[in-house]
Amino acid sequence: MYIYILKRIFSLVPVLFVVSIVAFLLIYLTPGDPVSVMLGQEATAEQIEALREQMGFNDPLYLQYFHWLINVLQGNLGDSYFMHMPVTTAIVEHLGPTLSIAVLAELIAILIALPVGILAAKHRGSLMDQFVMGFTLTGMAIPSFLFGLILMLVLGVKLGWLPVAGYQPLSTGFWNYLQYLLMPGLALGIIQSALIARMTRSSMLEVLNADFIKTARSKGVKERSIIYVHALRNALLPIITVVGQTFGLLLAGAVVIETIFNIPGIGQLVLNSIQSRDYAVIQGVILMVAFFYVIINLVIDLLYMLIDPRVGY
Amino acid sequence: MEQPLLEINNLKTHFKTERGRVTAVDGISFSVEKGEILGVVGESGCGKSVTAQSILRLFDEKYTASYEGEIKLQGENLLQLSKAEMEKIRGNEVSMIFQDPLSSLNPVFTIGYQLMETIRIHQNRTKKQARQMAIDLLRMTGIPSPEKRVSEYPHQLSGGMRQRVMIAMALACKPKLLIADEPTTALDVTIQAQILDLMLELNEELGMAVVFITHDLGVVAEVCTRVVVMYLGQVVEEANVEELFTTPLHPYTKGLMKAIPQMDGDRSQKLNVIGGTVPALNAIPSGCRFASRCEFANDLCKEKAPDLQVHEGNHKVRCWHYAEISNKEAARHA
Repeated sequence: MYIYILKRIFSLVPVLFVVSIVAFLLIYLTPGDPVSVMLGQEATAEQIEALREQMGFNDPLYLQYFHWLINVLQGNLGDSYFMHMPVTTAIVEHLGPTLSIAVLAELIAILIALPVGILAAKHRGSLMDQFVMGFTLTGMAIPSFLFGLILMLVLGVKLGWLPVAGYQPLSTGFWNYLQYLLMPGLALGIIQSALIARMTRSSMLEVLNADFIKTARSKGVKERSIIYVHALRNALLPIITVVGQTFGLLLAGAVVIETIFNIPGIGQLVLNSIQSRDYAVIQGVILMVAFFYVIINLVIDLLYMLIDPRVGY
Repeated sequence: MEQPLLEINNLKTHFKTERGRVTAVDGISFSVEKGEILGVVGESGCGKSVTAQSILRLFDEKYTASYEGEIKLQGENLLQLSKAEMEKIRGNEVSMIFQDPLSSLNPVFTIGYQLMETIRIHQNRTKKQARQMAIDLLRMTGIPSPEKRVSEYPHQLSGGMRQRVMIAMALACKPKLLIADEPTTALDVTIQAQILDLMLELNEELGMAVVFITHDLGVVAEVCTRVVVMYLGQVVEEANVEELFTTPLHPYTKGLMKAIPQMDGDRSQKLNVIGGTVPALNAIPSGCRFASRCEFANDLCKEKAPDLQVHEGNHKVRCWHYAEISNKEAARHA
């Protein structure tokens, strides 16, 4: 089992390596010269050339990559030309809001989706099942920003229950922090719950038809524990896969939601740095997102092993 | 006469399907005496598994299935029990084992957990006691080093061992009746023989009655005392095992007997088959259900369905002409 875990961890190395190459090459794949963008339109050719030399852009590509990689491995992602601060600092500053929203949205999504999906599967074909299916279909069809705007209009403007937009860090008090997160969290979470609920329903339906459910019933196991003990644990694998994937997406920054609610998260950071061609930041964010994805997948794999003893053999 | 352990009277099991209501079991009656092994045979789709699962009411009664008739366990009609009362019967007084031991065990729990669950649902035991009982049960069903096996998962066991675990689980609360739904079909022949021996042994030791559902007449001859032959949701013949094999009365049973390959038979001849196919459940003929495949069928058979009638003692048959057919055959042989 420990061998399996080690194997899983080591298999991450090549993935991250490839991602680092892609992130690095990004500068060369996108149109425009970062140096001329940095120096502005009035810069002379000599000035540009001097900065290119100084920043190592004239070295062979592999050497540039090598230097960059060494720095990255030491936790140095370079400096932002635009914000005049290390990229790591910029990412850490913007990660807080994004992470908060992602966790809240995922919690909301799971809290809604699991019971709803299980109930729909349990009463397959009933009116409630059809309602759930219709509701989740609508949920998947509505873009989260539209839902966010509706929430903003109703909860923020009309009812005045929650602040319309903005962000306050946790250090300003828990409720203060939470009230700014609630609306974006709801907007993202409810939309995500549609997907997770559908997955829960179909996964539960499959398991409830399995022979071992019949065995459990024939042993006199109560209907409740058939569903929540025997079936749910077997149905959990595809569900946590979807949860992991949606969480990864949320971490990559919900650009539109962050923009609407004016939240200084990763999405905003990416948007701003793309507009200003702040390559070091873009590279840094790509690496970070890839790193999180890989870690999330690792966690999912390890959870698989905890849930299903057949995994890992 | 003593009250039978299980008495099924005119049981009907209906299913709601997308193409309307289907009656998979249509007026079954038979009884099981204490300690006997009753065989239920018939080809795929004849309703034998549905009958078995109906006894424990395993189908979803809210949305798909509905039952009619009576299933009396020691005089108590199971079809009138509440959900909670039914849960107390399942696994305790009547338990069941299934065809495929791999898919019948929950893959994510240890076999110990699954055994202890049965014990602790029906009996007031501590975890420790239940664990010891689980180990004893595994030992009783012939699983080597049960102390070690008890904490293993189903995928770590072989097919034969899994079926032994299923049997151990079914026996956990010393039920009065065990329903075995093709327990050996998914196993290879040597393991099959071992499992059958085990079941016979336990039947003798514990005095537990068994309803043995199978399509394998060889197995029936080996283990059963009495046999019920089913065709398309109905009982067509019922007899003691020797009688069924020596003097089958229903043309369908005769066909089944002829279809058994003989060890010393003539290898150059093809095996006998029963011509035609089983009609679909939503196109059941109005007369005798076997008429379309029966070489002796006449107009009466096509128009009117025969009842199950007593031939002699407990030999029953559902056929208009069984007496003539037997006479004709006897004459042909003479």
